Amino acid sequence: MFKRFINLQWKSFFRSSSFGKGLALKIVMIFFGIYMIGALVFVGGFLYEILRKAFPDQAPMWMLSRYLIYWILIELFFRYFLQKLPVMDIKPLLSFPIKKSTITHYILARSGVSGYNLLAFFFFMPFGIVLLFNGYPVLNVVLWLVSILAIVLCVNYINFLINKSDKALVVIGSIILALYGLDYFQIVPVKDFFGPIFHGLYQHPIAVLVPVALAILAYFLNYKLLKNKLFLDASLKTKSKEAKTSDLTWTKRFGDMGTFLQLDLKMIWRNKRTKAQVFISLLFVFYGLIFYTQEVYANMIPMFAFLGIFMTGIFLSNFGQFIPAWDSGYYSMMMAQNIPLRKYLESKATLISVSVAVMFLLTVPYVYFGWEALAINFGSAVYNLGVNIPVILFFGSFNKKRIDLDKSPFGNMQGTSSTQFLIMLPVLGLPILIFTVLYYLISIEAAVITLSLLGIIGFALKNYLLDKITEQYRKKKYGMIAGFKEKNS
Amino acid sequence: MITTENLSKKYGSQTVLNIESLQIPKGQSFGLVGNNGAGKTTFFSLLLDLIQPTSGHIISNDIQVNKSEGWKPFTSSFIDESFLIGYLTPEEYFYFIGDLRGRNKADVDTLLSNFEDFFHGEILGQKKYLRDLSKGNQKKAGIVASFIGNPEVVILDEPFANLDPTTQIRLKGIIKELAEKNEVTVLVSSHDLIHVTEVCERIVVLNKGEIVKDIQTSAETLKELEAFFAG
Repeated sequence: MFKRFINLQWKSFFRSSSFGKGLALKIVMIFFGIYMIGALVFVGGFLYEILRKAFPDQAPMWMLSRYLIYWILIELFFRYFLQKLPVMDIKPLLSFPIKKSTITHYILARSGVSGYNLLAFFFFMPFGIVLLFNGYPVLNVVLWLVSILAIVLCVNYINFLINKSDKALVVIGSIILALYGLDYFQIVPVKDFFGPIFHGLYQHPIAVLVPVALAILAYFLNYKLLKNKLFLDASLKTKSKEAKTSDLTWTKRFGDMGTFLQLDLKMIWRNKRTKAQVFISLLFVFYGLIFYTQEVYANMIPMFAFLGIFMTGIFLSNFGQFIPAWDSGYYSMMMAQNIPLRKYLESKATLISVSVAVMFLLTVPYVYFGWEALAINFGSAVYNLGVNIPVILFFGSFNKKRIDLDKSPFGNMQGTSSTQFLIMLPVLGLPILIFTVLYYLISIEAAVITLSLLGIIGFALKNYLLDKITEQYRKKKYGMIAGFKEKNS
Repeated sequence: MITTENLSKKYGSQTVLNIESLQIPKGQSFGLVGNNGAGKTTFFSLLLDLIQPTSGHIISNDIQVNKSEGWKPFTSSFIDESFLIGYLTPEEYFYFIGDLRGRNKADVDTLLSNFEDFFHGEILGQKKYLRDLSKGNQKKAGIVASFIGNPEVVILDEPFANLDPTTQIRLKGIIKELAEKNEVTVLVSSHDLIHVTEVCERIVVLNKGEIVKDIQTSAETLKELEAFFAG
């Protein structure tokens, strides 16, 4: 039976939407995957050296052991967001003559080999190998690795046990903060307390039995809980949230456009992926801190242009590049309804304009790092408003990939095609190029003024450009409708 | 009202629709029946300019649908759930459609009050988004939304599927009334021969993209259709 399950799993992986994508995207994703694994192996392999250099008077193994408690807690914290037991996948299996215990074992075992567990594997394995090369006793190291993997599995299964209420998250979060605080202010020596416990796993090979026993225990607790819940109305039911109607009548002030603006705001707020975009965009305000504070970049003025375009335009590119795919779920209705396409696009443009203005205002405090920062950000914002908005809307007409709004925002590449990579060139590259050339040829003032002027010209031509873009959308309409209908593209 | 000439749709070498000529006069309740793949949805999609015809054209009220968008103000439709906006509540959706068709909240509310029976207390005031409603209830919301704004042409693809018996009966009443009183041209497709014969004045049978029967509904129509489909 398990063999068949694995076969199903295999098919679902290789026939999944992410594998059906264009070749370019596939290569990028594979490359990214290899990079991630490579980075982990690299850090894991050098961890021994790093620890030895950083704490010359302490054994690396001992130092690592002292921090393991934090690793476990932090991993638990993040898994809470990222990892859910994939119960929905087994819905079709319920009505077949398969024992419930088999199904339960299958889904639990499957989560045991999930990618999150492999991350730890790729990190600690090289570390262990380096230990062996440095003459550590084989038995101890191997069993220590087994212990670590058992702990990973513990974390894996404990996560499913506590994943049921948000309270658990708060509790874990507070424990992490509390432990760190106690440690930091030297009230309770947390590291000194947990260090020997984890170090003991290495010192006494027999101790491997403890984490293994804990992992098995966590597994069986999950098993017992889950087996009794394999009913359509219990754990397999998708939860529906209570709808909150919001009165956005103020959007009426924008005239005909208000209708669409209201729809867009509701879309952003009521769907996970769009909501995440907004938060991510807001977070990028702090991106500047990384660069402005570093001496190295202080004289790299073109870098500031990148920051300006990027920070004021983050929502523009994050949200804008997928227009109109955000509406893909009901695009055929939009096209059959009495909708002036022009108004639809205008509303999107307004929404993005507001975001650019807001992002600019949020970056104003960077004036602390010199007036250049403010001036460049202003020029970039104007350029984004005048030039990049029409550009991104224009490229949007090439979008043909569907986006399901209610899918998880994490690592979700749905809707991404080569268009997205192509968009970045003119949106991000062109203004930086213009700026850099003018900056080196003339001066920073000239560069900022040129960017602003280009923006103002674009703004003046807005109506003309929008007309052209509308025409383009009309031409591409049938392709979009057909593309957005394909659920697995 | 609706004139179809030499209309065909091909995907590669496969012809999915081929209609030489079809006239649907104003105010007619028109039924389209056929097995899966007969071309019903294709015809409706062409009528709504959602796909491009390979040849020929459809003229609705003197407007060629794939040339001008002028047909949109007087045409409304419900093809499938992709016509709904999942993250809106039914009320919000109705008001949105109302906005698009120049109807304010009060107008929409008045219209909705006529459908309280039809909704059976499961649509309005439920504090649920459309995506969380059952298939049947989604369909109810979509069908009623297509009545907003006094359209002259209403296109409903498989409106009876997924509805419970009570709602099916009520929907039949609504469609009949619409065609009789208001001079509205109603186009309905269905797999259910009994429903179409009850509702429609005229029934056209599609088979593999071709019109094989064009019947003015009478007492014998159901028998005739059953005989045809029994093959």
